Amino acid sequence: MMNYIWGGMMIFSFISAIFTGNMQPLSDAVMNSALDAINLIIRLTGMMCLWSGIMRIAEKSGLTVYISRCLGFLFSRLYKNVDKNSKTAEAMSMNITANLLGLGNAATPLGLEAMRRMQEENGDKTRATDDMIVFVVMNSSAMRLIPTTVAALRTQAGSASPMEIMPATWVSTGLSLLAGIFAAKTISAIMSQKSSGIIKLKRGVKV
Amino acid sequence: MKLFGAFVIPFVIVFIMCFGICKGTKIFDCFLEGAKGGLVTVKNILPSIVGLLVAVGMLKASGGLDIIVKLLSPIGKLTGIPEEIMPLAVLNPISGGGALSMYEMILEEYGPDSFQGRAASVMMGATETTFYAIAVYFGSVGIKKTRHTVFSALMADFVSFVASAWTVKLFFGS
Repeated sequence: MMNYIWGGMMIFSFISAIFTGNMQPLSDAVMNSALDAINLIIRLTGMMCLWSGIMRIAEKSGLTVYISRCLGFLFSRLYKNVDKNSKTAEAMSMNITANLLGLGNAATPLGLEAMRRMQEENGDKTRATDDMIVFVVMNSSAMRLIPTTVAALRTQAGSASPMEIMPATWVSTGLSLLAGIFAAKTISAIMSQKSSGIIKLKRGVKV
Repeated sequence: MKLFGAFVIPFVIVFIMCFGICKGTKIFDCFLEGAKGGLVTVKNILPSIVGLLVAVGMLKASGGLDIIVKLLSPIGKLTGIPEEIMPLAVLNPISGGGALSMYEMILEEYGPDSFQGRAASVMMGATETTFYAIAVYFGSVGIKKTRHTVFSALMADFVSFVASAWTVKLFFGS
């Protein structure tokens, strides 16, 4: 899927540039974006190292165990193959906690740690598991309680009440999380039903 | 609220440090070990980020993004997303930085307490950069078959866009 989207974006850009006459800006964008990516990575590197290090302290000291116990009720419902007492569940709960606190920079390294642990138990290393999909969908929608960046920008723009949008944000985030998880789980269920159906069909033929 | 925002990061760090010290953890050794792991992660996600940012940069520079916005504007009309913030909705899943500067433009043009300003604020607060998250999370472990992740995540985005327009109508009237 990412293959088509990625390729599609570039091919579509090229065709658009022919019609809009933006070939020179397009050519510049190729060079500049690659540089932007490196700038972004440099900014990320410090944060990644910092929060990965702090996470390791939380893990070694046993703090993550407490937090994952608090969030344990989530795991049995959301994830099929994640044991709520496992290291994976610990990394996942730290990721969710960081997200809720609005620590986006901390959430990413924690989430990637959870991905690495899920990947260790993944039979097909190139294929996403159902649990991974739910987890990535959750991380691709916002789980933060306080939209700090938005509030800061609203203050800057002279809003009378920068935080007034919070309840509306919670409702929107909640609905979008539900929709994402529902879509991921439903499609997973349909797919597994289909594939088990095919196996049954094949068995039927053999018998 | 502002003060609270400033408290979160230092508090979280100090709390984890204190907890570690109380439990007798060698905190600096652990930190170094973890930070080294973070470096490996950065190395693993670099290719995905370069690939994604180049494609997004091309889409913006070529004017292709404007074409997509125009093509999608009927959907905006159908679902109640105001026309003025449709570009934000289109940009949001693909580019975090792009969405942020678009958001600032909307705030400047319509004011933060207008319907457009509020709906854009809710939209920004309720979403993350979907493609970035997918590229980084799967890129870091080398997964190529993402199956229905993109569809499900875009579904979540779509719901949050529509919901941000409707919740603002519901909570603020206009």
